[in-house]
Amino acid sequence: MTAAEDRLGPTLFERSRPGRGGGKIPHPPKDALARIPVGGRRGEGPRLPELSEPELTRHYVNLSKLNYAVDTGFYPLGSCTMKYNPKIDEWAARLNGFAALHPFAPDAVAQGTLQLLWELEEALAEIGGMKAVTLQPAAGAQGELTGILMVRAYHRYRGDFERTEVLVPDTAHGTNPATASMAGFRTVEIPSAADGGVDIEAFRAALGPRTAAVMITNPSTVGLFESRLCELLDAVHEAGALAYMDGANLNAVMGRFKPGEAGFDVMHINVHKTFGTPHGGGGPGAGPVGVGEELVPFLPWPRVLREADGSFRTERLGERPQSIGRMRAFAGNTGVLVRAYAYIRAHGAEGLGEVSDDAVLAANYLKSRLSGVLDVPFDRPCMHEFVASAATLKAETGVRTLDLAKRLIDYGFHPPTIYFPHTVEEALLIEPTETESLETLDAFVEALRTIVAEAHLDPELLHSAPHSSPVRRLDETTAARQPNLHWKAMTGSQSPCPD
Amino acid sequence: MAYGPHTTQDRARMLTTIGLDSVDDLFADIPASLRSSGLNLPPPESEAELSARLRALADRNRVELVSFLGAGAYRHFTPAVVDQLLLRGEFYTAYTPYQPEISQGTLQTIYEYQSLMAELTGLDVVSASHYDGATATAEGALMSCRAARRERVLVGRGVHPHYRQTICTYFAGASLVADEIPFVADGPAAGTTDLVALQRMLADPAHPVAGVVVANPSFLGLLEPMAEIGRLAHTAGALFVSVVEPVSLAVLATPGEYGADIAAGDGQPLGLPLSYGGPYLGILACREALVRQIPGRLVGMTADVDGRRAFVMTLRAREQDIRREKASSNICTNQALCALAAAIYLAAIGPHGLRDVAALGAARAAQLEAALAAVGVRRLHQGPYLNEFAISVPRAAAVHARLVERGILAGLPLADVIPDDPSLAEALLVCATEVTTPEEIAVFAAALGEELAGGTR
Repeated sequence: MTAAEDRLGPTLFERSRPGRGGGKIPHPPKDALARIPVGGRRGEGPRLPELSEPELTRHYVNLSKLNYAVDTGFYPLGSCTMKYNPKIDEWAARLNGFAALHPFAPDAVAQGTLQLLWELEEALAEIGGMKAVTLQPAAGAQGELTGILMVRAYHRYRGDFERTEVLVPDTAHGTNPATASMAGFRTVEIPSAADGGVDIEAFRAALGPRTAAVMITNPSTVGLFESRLCELLDAVHEAGALAYMDGANLNAVMGRFKPGEAGFDVMHINVHKTFGTPHGGGGPGAGPVGVGEELVPFLPWPRVLREADGSFRTERLGERPQSIGRMRAFAGNTGVLVRAYAYIRAHGAEGLGEVSDDAVLAANYLKSRLSGVLDVPFDRPCMHEFVASAATLKAETGVRTLDLAKRLIDYGFHPPTIYFPHTVEEALLIEPTETESLETLDAFVEALRTIVAEAHLDPELLHSAPHSSPVRRLDETTAARQPNLHWKAMTGSQSPCPD
Repeated sequence: MAYGPHTTQDRARMLTTIGLDSVDDLFADIPASLRSSGLNLPPPESEAELSARLRALADRNRVELVSFLGAGAYRHFTPAVVDQLLLRGEFYTAYTPYQPEISQGTLQTIYEYQSLMAELTGLDVVSASHYDGATATAEGALMSCRAARRERVLVGRGVHPHYRQTICTYFAGASLVADEIPFVADGPAAGTTDLVALQRMLADPAHPVAGVVVANPSFLGLLEPMAEIGRLAHTAGALFVSVVEPVSLAVLATPGEYGADIAAGDGQPLGLPLSYGGPYLGILACREALVRQIPGRLVGMTADVDGRRAFVMTLRAREQDIRREKASSNICTNQALCALAAAIYLAAIGPHGLRDVAALGAARAAQLEAALAAVGVRRLHQGPYLNEFAISVPRAAAVHARLVERGILAGLPLADVIPDDPSLAEALLVCATEVTTPEEIAVFAAALGEELAGGTR
């Protein structure tokens, strides 16, 4: 048995012993539920686990130790912007005044939070060069849906029902085409140009009276600024369509490029990328959406407004009839937005500019140092991330990007995003962010250099990597063919292992 | 910069390695005409200044009021262990477990969350989480349309108004139809779903129904005839989507028991702070037969190459990053940390604790009903409730505002959120939970009695 094996613990359900735990809640009167009709009651109580608090604590602390995280090491996961998450932001979101505020608290009782939300909207509008911002969307993907639903409402309000298509480059995040479908549009995928940018001619050919919007990620998902953006935006608007910017990569350009000023009509922002809110193991994030003048009437309802006397209020029902409506319950992921607000105030204008400059500098440094170790397909300065490729290495040694990524785990690093974008063979999308030291970046380069050497000497070592992690490569086929999605062993109806 | 490590020398060294003179050169690809003028934002603040600013903002919110507000977001006691464990950076600074070998912590906690929710709902499949109760309900309604290959759902008027509005937004995009099932107007069942109307709506052969969406307890706090609604839905070939409140499932019949195909709800009552609306936790569950229709991440148990038990994201072919425009939803990031909070809460409080939370809330609500009746304030409806109910209060909005001045949040004026229903025009929705004290109830009842006795003022 290895040390790692010892660390894999039983589930909550296996740890449970009847009679353990308790002491958290006072006992109710015996007849508390007597007035509930028998037919409306649950038959048998839920078989939740019973653990003492010390066992529970160890369960979760030991599970946490099986995770790799920004707080434990370098996490260059391209397009995810895994930067450091400031601790004061966690403190702020937990302040009782923020955390205990009920979402139906009347405006007069909620002035602190309303002011924060209003100021955050203003700051994000300034950063994005947008006219107005909604903070309601719960995540980037929901921001996309919000934006594309506004595009739909805009065209329909003008009596234009013929625009049924959304153009998306083939390098786009999968959320873009999925969003277009959810909003009722047909996705038209446009191949990218050889330099990794959008193919203007292909876009021109596809644009027309059926185009509702074009969704562009800028900087692109290969980490390049779309150098022919002006031409593209002109062509989009000439065709009567709107330009959507996927703001996932905003961390590269703060203070140097404002999408709204440049002519984008709508953009979502991932605060869990650019504004340092934690990724939470897969959420919660928040996906505010900025819009230009022409889309303001369609913003989700309700907005936060500032009155002439300096107080704040939420829009009343029916106050803005052209709104696309609600995207979710209540105001938004306010606890996440408090963190984003704190991040922006800590940095100010100059700090945010420095964030982008340092993110781009670190990416270019890493790219320079890795040229010659791996293929680096696009030979121009990158933005905050860049694509490398193991295509040559694979041809020479049979070692794939997947193997390389898994071997990085043995060297103490989280692998980059792999096999994305789909347009680059054996792709690794590497995003160092601005919060990693030179020593860390250099150590990452040395690890990759060593791994490439290993690939030539002992490819099997890489095919079977990782070797030091709590578990090794997983049987994903069985997981999908015979799904075991919840614990049934407490009733004895199922073996805990899938074999 | 506040959190960056780079010194002037570091930057110079990086530029030398790159072979450029200035950071500006790295941005040469941005066309000159598109370069922005810089940011007009306040200057940076030290952590000391920032913490004072944040505290001052937080203090402007009046959270000390005696509160009887519920309406989809509930005050509960959260054991201290929940937040202590959530502060583990290994949990909250990780991302989606794309590399399962170094994400077993997140993966096992999601699997355990799915298992706990399966136990609470009585359904087999639970997604790793959705954004909130409203979006989970909208996704559940969309799911019923995909599964039944029909384009119309019926949504009970007792579903939270924000959830109904969210369904409308999502359905407009997909060009699907969501019709509303009315309330029973009067009598003992007033305020619950009108079964006669439901049956009539289900019988329209020109517009077959994919799903029937009903909440239990309803937004008005009432218990609905779920088994009967499910039977009617199934007879018409529709799926039954139940909207649930998770604490209540410790004591109320489960979606599995009354035959729901899909359950949706908000997990906020399971240890998550109110935080003015989020982040909360969208619960979405379904029967096993619908597993390929459910949107969002799923974690399954498997083994590694050495045969050791391990967990991994599975059935990924439903998802946007693989399936692109044909995915079951565009959802990507969800609310994993909120699901973790709910799981820790349930494990900390245990089966008896959860039942006690539900039962104590019910007991306090009954005390509240009695105390209000003693000052002449009656319930608006007659049907059974768990811990939330509507009361008739003349000039409800004005009385509510005056009680805020007296330090009491007297629930929610129903006309604020359901303005088109005359029967709810003069009513407040009030709620009690295990944290509501007898003293608070006495203060509220006395103040409300005085306001009403004081007349129009």
